[in-house]
Amino acid sequence: MAIATTAQPPQPAEHAAPHEAPPPAPDCGILPEKRRAIVVGASSGIGAAIVRQLVHEGYRVAALARRGERLRGLSEECTPLARSSGGSISVHVHDVRETKEVPALFERAARELEGLHLLVYAAAIMPAVGPDEYDTEKDLDQIAVNLSGCVAWCNAAASLFHSQREGTIVGVSSVAGDRGRRKNPVYCTTKAAMNTYLEALRNRLAECGVHVCTVKPGFVDTAMTRGQEGLFWLISAEEAARQILAAARSRAAVRYVPRRWWIVGAAIRSIPSFLFRHLNV
Amino acid sequence: MRAAVPVLERSAHPPHASFEYVEGWGMAVGAHGRVIRPRSVEEVLAGYELSRREGATLGLRGSGCSYGDASVNAGGHSLDFTAMNRILAWDPSSGVAVLEPGVTIEELWKRILPEGWWPPVVPGTASPTIAGVVAMNIHGKNNFSAGTIGDWVDELDLALPRGEVRTCSREKDADLFHAAIGGFGMLGAFTRIALRTKRVYSGDVEVRAARARNLRQIMEHFEAHKARADYLVAWVDCFAEGEGLGRGQIHEARYLAPGEDPDPAQTLSLVHQHLPATILGVPKSEAWRVLRLFNNDRSMQLLNAAKFSAGRFEAMKGPFRQSLAAFSFLLDQVPNWKWAYGRTGKRGLIQYQVFLPDATAHDTYCEILRRNQRRGFVPYLGVFKRHRPDPFWLTHALDGWSLALDYKVTPENREGLWAHCADLTEIVLASGGKFYFAKDLVLGGRDMRRMLPADKVAAFESLKREVDPDLLLQTDLYRRVFGTRV
Repeated sequence: MAIATTAQPPQPAEHAAPHEAPPPAPDCGILPEKRRAIVVGASSGIGAAIVRQLVHEGYRVAALARRGERLRGLSEECTPLARSSGGSISVHVHDVRETKEVPALFERAARELEGLHLLVYAAAIMPAVGPDEYDTEKDLDQIAVNLSGCVAWCNAAASLFHSQREGTIVGVSSVAGDRGRRKNPVYCTTKAAMNTYLEALRNRLAECGVHVCTVKPGFVDTAMTRGQEGLFWLISAEEAARQILAAARSRAAVRYVPRRWWIVGAAIRSIPSFLFRHLNV
Repeated sequence: MRAAVPVLERSAHPPHASFEYVEGWGMAVGAHGRVIRPRSVEEVLAGYELSRREGATLGLRGSGCSYGDASVNAGGHSLDFTAMNRILAWDPSSGVAVLEPGVTIEELWKRILPEGWWPPVVPGTASPTIAGVVAMNIHGKNNFSAGTIGDWVDELDLALPRGEVRTCSREKDADLFHAAIGGFGMLGAFTRIALRTKRVYSGDVEVRAARARNLRQIMEHFEAHKARADYLVAWVDCFAEGEGLGRGQIHEARYLAPGEDPDPAQTLSLVHQHLPATILGVPKSEAWRVLRLFNNDRSMQLLNAAKFSAGRFEAMKGPFRQSLAAFSFLLDQVPNWKWAYGRTGKRGLIQYQVFLPDATAHDTYCEILRRNQRRGFVPYLGVFKRHRPDPFWLTHALDGWSLALDYKVTPENREGLWAHCADLTEIVLASGGKFYFAKDLVLGGRDMRRMLPADKVAAFESLKREVDPDLLLQTDLYRRVFGTRV
């Protein structure tokens, strides 16, 4: 666990050279002192896109992921954005399987950010599972990354948010959690467990004004879906990030991304088990 | 030579810790920091060790029920005792309970009441921990008759900052005993408290209500009734002016004697003590949202006036019986009612509680009430009580009175309110008055030395130097009222 690159202090917009200034940050409607976020699983896909958008909106973001190289790339990419938006990015190399590291790392990141109002848990793995494969190692590893890591990080954030009576936790789950599918049993399981856990957390934190948002993206154009067949309604990671943050800010409890996946979700949930077992969805 | 328990081995497992926002109960002060929750004496010492290793100061914290900054330690860690909450021993024949520090008043009374005992001194809420109430040496509505909680403590184990656990009592290590009770956690952490409790013959008390048209009437009523009452408290309408200045409603209660309650087993049961979950059909957990609508000067003036008028009916109905829990824990009637003052951004309330000797009390309180109105800082709640002195070094209690004033704090009024309180503090100190660390958030650096006896302060500081030479134990309160000079 080490800081790969240091935080960029927020800089006034006039310091940015005019020719490299990105378009002005959209007004996200969040008070500047509350633009403080930790994104776990930030090295690629939806997580990285969320980091880019938050930095663009002037957030101070702590981005965490296992792959330091990619994090460094993200940090370099976001630095000019941060310069013009007044935000910042700091990156921490962290494997979410190492749940014992979480309290100390969470504390360090929150201290560096000088407060915290948003946690996004976007770390997930979905290894290909062969039709005859029952590999416990591989399955437990998904539980470690998709579920145990989520619990460790959300618990740390819940404890802080509960005590300060404000904050938002966003868990990036999946439509896959709606049913147990034959293709990737444990991936579905981890997402279903995550949905239940996040719901419980939401109910537990509602009294003190803390919001927990479960997002269920459909097909998003990331490394996870690359090479898969039969994808439809595919959206970019950037679009997914935009919709996820919009869902969190509207205090949605559960949000399909894009929203029309709700229809698919409802349909799939309603298929009786005796039929579902014969379908390859 | 003092008896010493050998320093224990550090626990194999570090105590549970998390990064949180630590605030005073009134929400007007707070800071982010690490909260360490030990479950054993070993883990308490491990918490000391860890803080020392990291060069961090350590604030001791129970349930965080002190209104001000007594359990806030900005820039350092907090040691939170709520997870160390076993009742180690309970003897229903003598009424002595031996408690771990994190046992709450609620956990205690629920354990002992069915057997006919009650905590001898309780605050307005059952949430505080026993270590918290002893560290702040709290009083209740019976201070004039029962003293402070410290008067009921037989023996303490104190984990000193350098790792020694020392047992003290009135006989053994009496200085440490009298300094640590009311020493707001600056000398060490209580790890075991032996507390005497009060025998009761019913789960009910007999309550009488009376109306008083001004402060003089309240004081006269108290003086006339204090010999026969166990509890005396008055609510004061701080908006009333002129002839009605300091008007209010008095509640007087007494324990029932053996035989007065026809069915003590029933009234002593927890079912009888249970507070209802709804008010006028609104679930209590959401009632603060309704209260929030009234949390402004105009509505509060109306509510106070309405309460005073309605008091007539309560006074007319004569003595009535009320469960001990309902009578004692008024602040628990509406959960989270303080959120009506705000939930974020250091919005909240401060309670400014003024203790005055009998000679100056009436005129000074009237002057305070008038100044509040003149300056536009009218407390939404005023509570009046009678007190008696006790032997603890830093005690707030005296032979006199107290008026506790709840002021709303907003980012806009904060500076003005602090300046207003500083003005009031001048009057109070000039009148020989005192303040209470469990409530205070506004005293300046020199005020503490003007209100407490110089010899006691010097002795306390000397003891602090002896047991905590590197100032491991600190809080915002300590730095504010004692300064860095120790």
